[in-house]
Amino acid sequence: MIGTRKDLLGLEDLEASEIVSILDTARTFREVLDRPIPKVPSLRGLTAANLFFEASTRTRLSFELAEKRLSADTVNFQTSGSSVSKGETLKDTARNIEAMGIHLVVIRHQASGAPHYLARNLDAGVINAGDGTHEHPTQGLLDIFTIRERRGKIQGLKVAILGDIMHSRVARSNIWGLTKLGASVTIAGPPTMMPFEVERFGVKVAKSVDEALEGADVVNILRIQLERQRSTLYSTLREYARVYGVTSERLKRAKPDVTVMHPGPMNRGVEIAQDVADGKNSVILEQVTNGVAVRMAVLYLLAGHKAAGEAASETPATETKKAHGEPSLHPRR
Amino acid sequence: MASPLCIRGGRILDPVRGIDRVQDLWIQDGKIAGLGEDAPADVRSNKSAEVIQVPGAIVCPGLVDIHVHLREPGQEEKETIETGTRAAARGGFTTVACMPNTSPPLDDRPRIEYVIRRAEESGLARVHPIAAVTVGQMGERLTEIEDLVDAGAVAISDDGKPVRNAELMRRALELTRRLGVPVIQHAEDPDLKGDGVMHEGWTSTRLGMKGIPDAAESVMVARDALLAELTGGHVHVAHVSAARSVEIIRRAKARGIKMTAETAPHYLILTDEAVEGYDPRTKMNPPLRSAKDRDALIEAVADGTLDCLATDHAPHTEIEKDSDFDAAPFGIVGLETALGVLLKALVEPKHLSIPELILRMTANPLRVLGLPGGTLEAGTPADVTIFDPARRWTVRAAEFASMGRNTPFEGWELKGLVLLTMLGGKVTYRAQPLEVSAR
Repeated sequence: MIGTRKDLLGLEDLEASEIVSILDTARTFREVLDRPIPKVPSLRGLTAANLFFEASTRTRLSFELAEKRLSADTVNFQTSGSSVSKGETLKDTARNIEAMGIHLVVIRHQASGAPHYLARNLDAGVINAGDGTHEHPTQGLLDIFTIRERRGKIQGLKVAILGDIMHSRVARSNIWGLTKLGASVTIAGPPTMMPFEVERFGVKVAKSVDEALEGADVVNILRIQLERQRSTLYSTLREYARVYGVTSERLKRAKPDVTVMHPGPMNRGVEIAQDVADGKNSVILEQVTNGVAVRMAVLYLLAGHKAAGEAASETPATETKKAHGEPSLHPRR
Repeated sequence: MASPLCIRGGRILDPVRGIDRVQDLWIQDGKIAGLGEDAPADVRSNKSAEVIQVPGAIVCPGLVDIHVHLREPGQEEKETIETGTRAAARGGFTTVACMPNTSPPLDDRPRIEYVIRRAEESGLARVHPIAAVTVGQMGERLTEIEDLVDAGAVAISDDGKPVRNAELMRRALELTRRLGVPVIQHAEDPDLKGDGVMHEGWTSTRLGMKGIPDAAESVMVARDALLAELTGGHVHVAHVSAARSVEIIRRAKARGIKMTAETAPHYLILTDEAVEGYDPRTKMNPPLRSAKDRDALIEAVADGTLDCLATDHAPHTEIEKDSDFDAAPFGIVGLETALGVLLKALVEPKHLSIPELILRMTANPLRVLGLPGGTLEAGTPADVTIFDPARRWTVRAAEFASMGRNTPFEGWELKGLVLLTMLGGKVTYRAQPLEVSAR
């Protein structure tokens, strides 16, 4: 468990020590993934449901893979939520989950707070895989994990997060997690995409991308989406690329070994230049691999104690305490 | 002549006439007969008089709520005129004005007459319908305002939506001016509101919710103040939620512009922080705003910038409200919690005395609509509310008379329990137990 939590709804709710515990657990699972047979029985006998009310490829695959690597049974549900009203769907879905005896629910939903609704109404553990424009905690965790792997620490790092902060759940989760662990976060993006009183997150708001990149250890570049309904927020992708796009020229202001991140999918040539995306400092594919390990850690910490048989006997909370707060983790060899 | 009724031992409050004293209230034939010695001797000496003992209770004119949604016709799954007025009686209200955003909207004479007839059949409250400004509330073509007012409409409003077109608003004000009825504006710029679901502030930033800036309301209030000045018409601003709107209304009044305004109990006690947890029972439009806004509203109620209090009682079904925040409809019920919440928000912290509060829940709202009443003067209909200001009770939505259970105050302990509500001398609500005796 993460503390005594049933759910992972956002990084805002987590203590720094809980985040560290997830990262440490993810480290172990990362090693598992490099084995010839990258599978452990930790969640054997448990069933996870992946409910995606909003289109997603990589997050859904990543969760499903994480569940399978932990030997959980998985069921998937994907809808665009078109004909039925969203509320009804969610309510009915919750009832169905209850009836089917599912242990873990991974939910992505277009409404901020939808996972919170499920968490209130279900005994099953709920993992937020992205809710509206609120949080995407496992993405935040995998970004932080990737940074820690690369730079060895989080404390004191200068991290720039660039783009549409207002509509970005990735930004919120990153900001909460990074600031809790002592990083210094600077954000930049169009003023129309800065949420109200954003500085109260404990971040610096730079006037330009150049200013935000100055001396940065890490830059996390958010995907820009200029959809029809947001047409009042910005003019064109061309203008965006010119003012906010990260090019190798701009990147010179950052540390020479700056870690370049992007949650994907990328608009190459818009928010991120081709050579930056594929450059030597880019860890974008590492993020994807780490995502599986981080999600395994979250699933395991939330539900490992519920698992049946051998796995359960090997993962008691008591062992966790013995190891100075290090979560116990003995994947079967 | 029927037997008179004497309400004894209560503190009589008639703020319009400056009365605040313990005295008998005599009622005869559905009308107020008089207070204490002022009641006719033959009434006071009538041997068959019935006496209701209400020691320690407050006896005041029946409460008035000029902003409720009774949902009938067309949305009877949410509320009916009967259940809505039953809720009114339980909350101490004897008069309500209902908004026209029914299905279909109250935009022609038969529908206005229907509401009046249904209310009379129920006999639980005086119901004054408010007619639509535009046909179907579509914001395009004016309704037959004179015919609607003639049929009994006391105001016009497209509530639920603003009158967006400034020229249409201008013409509506010009046409209503000679009729002496206000145009009640749901002040909101629809573009600024966008698809926002809560107040735009730090809480919406944290929760990742689409925000509605306070300017969405204030921009429209400012526009309407200018149009009221241009036309000499009367704009009444519904459910004011923002400090900036208060500032504009205050200045408009100082300039002699005919602008009145109301706010609702929830804006005086809750802030946007209540939305934490994504509970759809905290979702209404306009949204709960910042503590600064709340404080400005309290001040404006106290200094009279905001003329009256109104609940914006907006019942919805449990199914609709039991969902994620975005999918839930805007609105909460208010009739059965208003008095307790207002006592807590305004009287307990000493922003207002009880008589000052009662004035803003009785005569003041009636005056906004140009209606008489709101006093305990002899000869007027005996619309009376009796409540115990010290009695504590706990809000349990399941016990509401309203079909709507969507209250943010579930489980709150409130002080101030309605004991009895009387409409034209007839009891419409009586709390158990209340001592009634023959003389």
